[in-house]
Amino acid sequence: MRNFSRGIATTNVMKKIVFALMVSAVCAGSARAASEADYLTALAAAESANKEAGRLRNQWTVTQAALNAAKKAAESGNFDSALKSAQDAEALAKASIVQATSEKQRWKDMEIR
Amino acid sequence: MSAMRVLLAVAATLGLGAAAIAADKPDPAADAKAFQDYFVKKFPKVAFDDFVNGPYSMNADMRRQWEEKEQFPPYEFALEAGKEMFAKPFKNGKTYADCFPNGGIGIRQNYPYFDDKEGKVITLELALNRCREANGEAPYSYVKDEMASLTAYMAYTSRGKRFDIKIPDDPRALDAFEKGKEYFYTRRGQLNFSCASCHVQSPGERIRAEILAPALGILNAMPIYRSEWSGMGTTSRRIVTCNSQTRAVPLEPQSDEYRNLEYYLSYVSNGLPVSGPGARP
Ligand code: HEC
Repeated sequence: MRNFSRGIATTNVMKKIVFALMVSAVCAGSARAASEADYLTALAAAESANKEAGRLRNQWTVTQAALNAAKKAAESGNFDSALKSAQDAEALAKASIVQATSEKQRWKDMEIR
Repeated sequence: MSAMRVLLAVAATLGLGAAAIAADKPDPAADAKAFQDYFVKKFPKVAFDDFVNGPYSMNADMRRQWEEKEQFPPYEFALEAGKEMFAKPFKNGKTYADCFPNGGIGIRQNYPYFDDKEGKVITLELALNRCREANGEAPYSYVKDEMASLTAYMAYTSRGKRFDIKIPDDPRALDAFEKGKEYFYTRRGQLNFSCASCHVQSPGERIRAEILAPALGILNAMPIYRSEWSGMGTTSRRIVTCNSQTRAVPLEPQSDEYRNLEYYLSYVSNGLPVSGPGARP
């Protein structure tokens, strides 16, 4: 480092590079087209969570709807959309599991006594 | 439950046995009293027997329309069909009357009951299908017209008789009641509503075009004709529909959960008259 101002310039370049790397890292998931494998992994996770919700007798209709949408999109080869719906389905199924689990105690707050 | 655990721990250190926590034993009679008191207090102008009329007990305008309609009740057709079906012998020559106490006439108020041999709750719809199957006939769908017609007729012959649901002092029966209660108060579906969210906390309020019925007496008018269905609906159909409204996947009609739920809801409405079949807007 020969002088102070050069040092600053280098630092700015570094910052730009780091920023660019961060942006590409953040975008990686969505910028790259989803593959069938990505979709199938997400679908398996969603179906397994929904199965657990079923074991708890607490599935949601919207989970099934998201699973159906995912399969339909995959059939037409739109794996971006299929992946997104499968991920939605998993989130919904997980929420229904949380609901079933917390209601095991929480229902009592509602009881007329 | 953590409070319970603390109590247990305290009880244990004090050397107290199970007797100390007997207060937690199910007490259906106390539950029913609290349940009825809640509605009577919340709706002081509604006569006790009127709670069986669902939304009509809550809204004067609707009630007027209903009273006009009752002169040519829309369930009349189902009632006639049910009466015929009930009398018509099965292929083996027997009839429904052979399956039920008092030939099936005037007994609606005793359903559901707890069967101590099976250790489970038996609803009227279930008993009807079991009767069919015992006589070599295929069971009916729990959500369709035939079942609605049969139960409409059986309710009609019992009109005015007061619900008289029994809970024997049998841990399995108490458990069924408790589980029914839990189901009733448990929030479900994406909307996170329990039966109580609508039928305890909000009766009389509007949800879209409908006025919510109070949970007290909510099964006494079953089955019901609904214009929206342009036909009759059984208890099973109504419960399935209410589940779907909250975006919950309904259970199978006559699943243990639904049977227990019906047991609970019927028991806490003991003393109210059968008013079915009902007609709804
Ligand atoms: C989102 C609100 C909502 C929830 C939650 C709900 N219901 Fe309903 N229910 C309705 C509406 C709306 C009607 C039609 C209007 C009325 O009669 O209350 C209805 C009607 C009924 C009726 C017929 C009442 C009559 O006299 O016509 C029964 C029985 C019933 N519900 C039972 C249940 C049970 C059991 C549950 C819980 C599994 C439940 N409901 C949960 C909204 C709800």
